[in-house]
Amino acid sequence: MTGSPSPLLTVEDLRVTFPTRTGEVNAVRGVSFTLGKERLGIVGESGSGKSQTGRAIMGLTPGHAKITARKLAFGDRDLLAMPKTERRALRGKRIAMILQDPKYSLNPVSTIGRQIVETLKTHEKVSSAEAKSRALAMLEAVQIRDPERVFGLYPHEVSGGMGQRAMIAMMLICGPELLIADEPTSALDVTVQLEVLSILDKLVAERGMGLIFISHDLRLVSSFCDRVIVMYVGKIVEELPSANLADAQHPYTRGLLNCLPTIGSDRHPLPVLDRKREWAL
Amino acid sequence: MTSAISIRDMLVSYDGFPALDHVSLDVGVGESFGIVGESGSGKSTLLRAVSGLTAFSQGTLTVNGRSYSGRRRDKDFYQTVQMVFQDPYGSLHPRQTVDRLLLEPLVIHGFDNIEARITRALDEVGLGSGFRFRYSHQLSGGQRQRIAIARALILEPKILLLDEPTSALDASIQAEILNLLEQARRDRNLTFVMVSHDLGVISHMCERLAVMKTGKVVETMPVEALEKREFSADYTRQLLVASEGFRRG
Repeated sequence: MTGSPSPLLTVEDLRVTFPTRTGEVNAVRGVSFTLGKERLGIVGESGSGKSQTGRAIMGLTPGHAKITARKLAFGDRDLLAMPKTERRALRGKRIAMILQDPKYSLNPVSTIGRQIVETLKTHEKVSSAEAKSRALAMLEAVQIRDPERVFGLYPHEVSGGMGQRAMIAMMLICGPELLIADEPTSALDVTVQLEVLSILDKLVAERGMGLIFISHDLRLVSSFCDRVIVMYVGKIVEELPSANLADAQHPYTRGLLNCLPTIGSDRHPLPVLDRKREWAL
Repeated sequence: MTSAISIRDMLVSYDGFPALDHVSLDVGVGESFGIVGESGSGKSTLLRAVSGLTAFSQGTLTVNGRSYSGRRRDKDFYQTVQMVFQDPYGSLHPRQTVDRLLLEPLVIHGFDNIEARITRALDEVGLGSGFRFRYSHQLSGGQRQRIAIARALILEPKILLLDEPTSALDASIQAEILNLLEQARRDRNLTFVMVSHDLGVISHMCERLAVMKTGKVVETMPVEALEKREFSADYTRQLLVASEGFRRG
């Protein structure tokens, strides 16, 4: 899928380092991949650097961290070299990010409608009336039944599933080319997860954008994405098409697949990951 | 079957809102019983009402042949019933070392042989004595949950209440903790009541399960019925579909 002259996103040897009192912590240690208009999944356990990879692309890494890369380009524009103002203009407009928990990532003192309108008005010159009607249309697109009512509600007045849909609406309203979804459904109830995923799936397909789906759930990612990257302690250990997940080579990937209890399988005790030191090298 | 826990018509309400709406359940001695449901279904409230963290206003609760009411529980109760909570980051005292955390229940219940008991408890959950004088912030999530389990087991209870013990953990760590719990149950003939939103975990760990929704028990069934799809409630089917993951189209 990388046949086009300049892919949507090029990441080469990305490194994110946090200085701490006890020395440097290398959260991401040389990650490389390219992304076209496709769905890419990044999977790993907590601490594997999957979220920091997403945040580095988005430009949300904390200021004291050090980011280096041989190349980190969006289209043909170098993300690391561009001035902050340009990066800010890109963020939310052409690259958007859905965060994990709507309880914490929406502004608690502003209504949902106002937050969506704010995104739109930051990036486009539109009248207030037009902004509102587009926000309402977007809320309808994420299958909120009564958009007028939800428009005026505060984040604490809606359920988790509704909040996450509002977040998707907010992120997609400017029509981004690249969407980074960082554990978009982990904070939601199992019964709501599928709804939110199918909404996300439909919108990504309709609007033709690149998607980076970050999750700890290998099965979920493989059912949702075209391609999966598996990360372990800051590095990519395996990259494979979702369809070939069963043929995963790396013992870490196989371990992740194996350790989940499933209905109908009788495995006592469950197989556990036997972490080899050389995986982290 | 003798009951370890028997609940009849239990009602818990918060300002008139019924969090538990006339729930009746029986958990047999030595059984592993699962409770599933989405958030707000009352599954955690049920465990809290049994353990006395939340008062119930109506109904009866019998544990090991003794009946309890409201939220008063005596020392005997806590030597029989212990609980492990969901969030290992929130359920350990941040300013106490592991040693202190394990010491406290022993002192409260007047146990002897404290030294040996703490060492054995740490060994049993797979943490060596090297962890004994650490603070909880020096431990990973999985290690903390092991300490929480050690703290529950150190009083040699008969019944363990488990409130989503692995949902805050990575899948690979979850497998380790589930194995540890199963081992402890085998070694000590424990009775488990395990709450989870994950049908896979429940079907792995339990023999029977109850499905809860909006404060009521929708259905109680053996785990085999889940595998054979022999259930009557539509809600159970929804949960099962959700647990099978995303399908396009």
